[in-house]
Amino acid sequence: MAFEGLTERLQGALSKLRRKGKITETDVNQAMREIRLALLEADVNFKVVKDFIKVVKERAIGAEVLDSLSPAQQIVKIVDEELTKMMGETAVPLNKSPHIPTIIMMVGLQGAGKTTTAGKLAKYLIQNEKARPLMIAADVYRPAAIEQLKTVGKQVDAQVFEMGTDVNPVEIVRQGLAQAALQKNDYVLIDTAGRLQIDEALMQELADINELAHPNEILLTVDAMTGQAAVDVAEGFNSRLDVTGVVLTKLDGDTRGGAALSIRAVTGKPIKFTGQGEKLDQLDIFYPDRMSSRILGMGDMLSLIEKA
Amino acid sequence: TFGQRLNALFANFRSVDEAFFDDVEEMLIEADVGYETAMKIADELRDEVKLRNVKKPEAVSQAIVEKLVDLYGQEGQAEDNQLHFAPQGELTVFLFVGVNGAGKTTSIGKFAHQLEKAGKKVLLAAGDTFRAGAIEQLQEWGRRDNVPVVASAAGSDPASVVYDAVKRAKEEQFDILLVDTAGRLQNNVNLMKELEKVKRIITREVPAAPQEVLLVLDATTGQNALVQAKQFKQTTDVTGIVLTKLDGSAKGGIVLAVRTELHLPVKMVGLGEQMNDLQLFDPNRFVYGLFKD
Ligand SMILES: Nc1nc2c(ncn2[C@@H]2O[C@H](COP(=O)(O)OP(=O)(O)OP(=O)(O)O)[C@@H](O)[C@H]2O)c(=O)[nH]1
Ligand SMILES: Nc1nc2c(ncn2[C@@H]2O[C@H](COP(=O)(O)OP(=O)(O)OP(=O)(O)O)[C@@H](O)[C@H]2O)c(=O)[nH]1
Ligand SMILES: [Mg+2]
Ligand SMILES: [Mg+2]
Repeated sequence: MAFEGLTERLQGALSKLRRKGKITETDVNQAMREIRLALLEADVNFKVVKDFIKVVKERAIGAEVLDSLSPAQQIVKIVDEELTKMMGETAVPLNKSPHIPTIIMMVGLQGAGKTTTAGKLAKYLIQNEKARPLMIAADVYRPAAIEQLKTVGKQVDAQVFEMGTDVNPVEIVRQGLAQAALQKNDYVLIDTAGRLQIDEALMQELADINELAHPNEILLTVDAMTGQAAVDVAEGFNSRLDVTGVVLTKLDGDTRGGAALSIRAVTGKPIKFTGQGEKLDQLDIFYPDRMSSRILGMGDMLSLIEKA
Repeated sequence: TFGQRLNALFANFRSVDEAFFDDVEEMLIEADVGYETAMKIADELRDEVKLRNVKKPEAVSQAIVEKLVDLYGQEGQAEDNQLHFAPQGELTVFLFVGVNGAGKTTSIGKFAHQLEKAGKKVLLAAGDTFRAGAIEQLQEWGRRDNVPVVASAAGSDPASVVYDAVKRAKEEQFDILLVDTAGRLQNNVNLMKELEKVKRIITREVPAAPQEVLLVLDATTGQNALVQAKQFKQTTDVTGIVLTKLDGSAKGGIVLAVRTELHLPVKMVGLGEQMNDLQLFDPNRFVYGLFKD
């Protein structure tokens, strides 16, 4: 499962420390090198890794740690604390509008999982809040994107608003919102086309939709397998749109998932949901505290601290 | 030239010292080549520089280029990165595999266009019967390319669609059949078995096929691409890689490791979503790309 590889590596680095009675600065440096490697192999962005290591190291070689009775335990605690800080502490719920409809816009790179996640969210809202969401098909570029959304809509029993592929997406959203107002839909989910954050024209299109719709939630959808580029992507979308949350998809794979750490670290935006499969009920709420303990293997980590 | 462009890139380093190599390491890590590969390359560069006794970054850049292109080529001396087709008059089958959203269907759409333009009689098989809208997506590409598509209803058995397509391709004397498959994560055992079956059926009907099993890799992918390559190679005997989305900010450096560890060459690259955005792989250009901003 995702994150497992990272867990193993971090534990390896930390348990070496535990075996030492007295810890020197050299030991700390050695452990930091291994933690650095573990994070890089998990695809955490190298700049994020650098900052992380710097902070942990500074705290770890602070006199009160090395001279304490249980230095290894202290260092494990520092790593855990800093990791939790990096992930965010508690789950952040979906933003809601004080009046209907709550508008949610999906954005992200090509193939990240926007359309699938829009369907999952609709299903989630229908099941948990008896909601009546309207999905707007604003991807006019990808072949059969509208067909895909309509099929997904049928599967979850949500209405899909579409105007074919010859109308400008901004106009489609305008008319979709008008229809939602008329029908008193409580949620609107806007499915946008995948695009590169460096594609000026298409980023402008998103900015225009944003301007028009003022979504309560702009969810940046990111593939959990993303490598070092995760940071550029997140910064690119966030600087143009002021993203409100992140969805991390394809976590049912065996990626180490470092992109999650990078994105949170550079944008400060919360990861709100994770995708755990292709089926439309495979959406989970993201609990950062649980995730960081999972990354550190907290069950084992607690015992590690005790034994240290 | 390539060397000159790299020169310009390295011009802001005054001397070839440790800081210089640290930066090279970072550039490589940032391009997703992976920690170990980055260290290995940097070490080899250090040796090379010592050997040639160069002090100026301008002089070292040429060494770097040569070394990197070498390194890419080294593992692949026994293999060629050509696409293999059946002899004239016989059916060629290419099978496209990969994780969800990598770009399989789009790459098929682009490739079919190239083949059609080159005067080949091309058939497409809609082997993704699972994902919402997948069949319609391939059919839309078929219309754009002016190429027929064999499909059956959503949810039907992919192996039987592929069987129908091979049969039609043989009967109607098509030159080449491109088979689309559903995206699947490599750790999903059942779906990997299903893929194995699809491949088996192709070989049963046409013993020399598939001539190519192309793993479609998203250049944005990090270290997991190595695991993908391993697993797909194991189940379907992948013969090469299509590296997509190189028009984005990701550099796809992980294919260096894929090449070194698994001897899988990149055969084509995707540079956009339009019909003409598919090219043969050019190692020089790729290596230069690793260092671009
Ligand atoms: N395994 C797995 N696959 C997923 C998940 N979420 C989405 N997918 C798959 O990823 C692929 C791409 O998903 P889409 O929803 O089409 O992605 P998109 O971002 O809308 O793509 P574009 O509109 O082309 O930019 C599809 O095959 C989905 O079934 C997930 O959590 N796990
Ligand atoms: N920028 C860019 N986008 C690409 C490229 N290749 C594919 N895409 C886009 O990536 C998204 C996913 O492509 P698909 O061809 O549907 O991917 P797939 O592997 O067939 O996906 P599934 O069948 O869902 O697993 C689409 O929006 C494509 O337009 C490329 O080279 N560059
Ligand atoms: Mg979509
Ligand atoms: Mg496809």
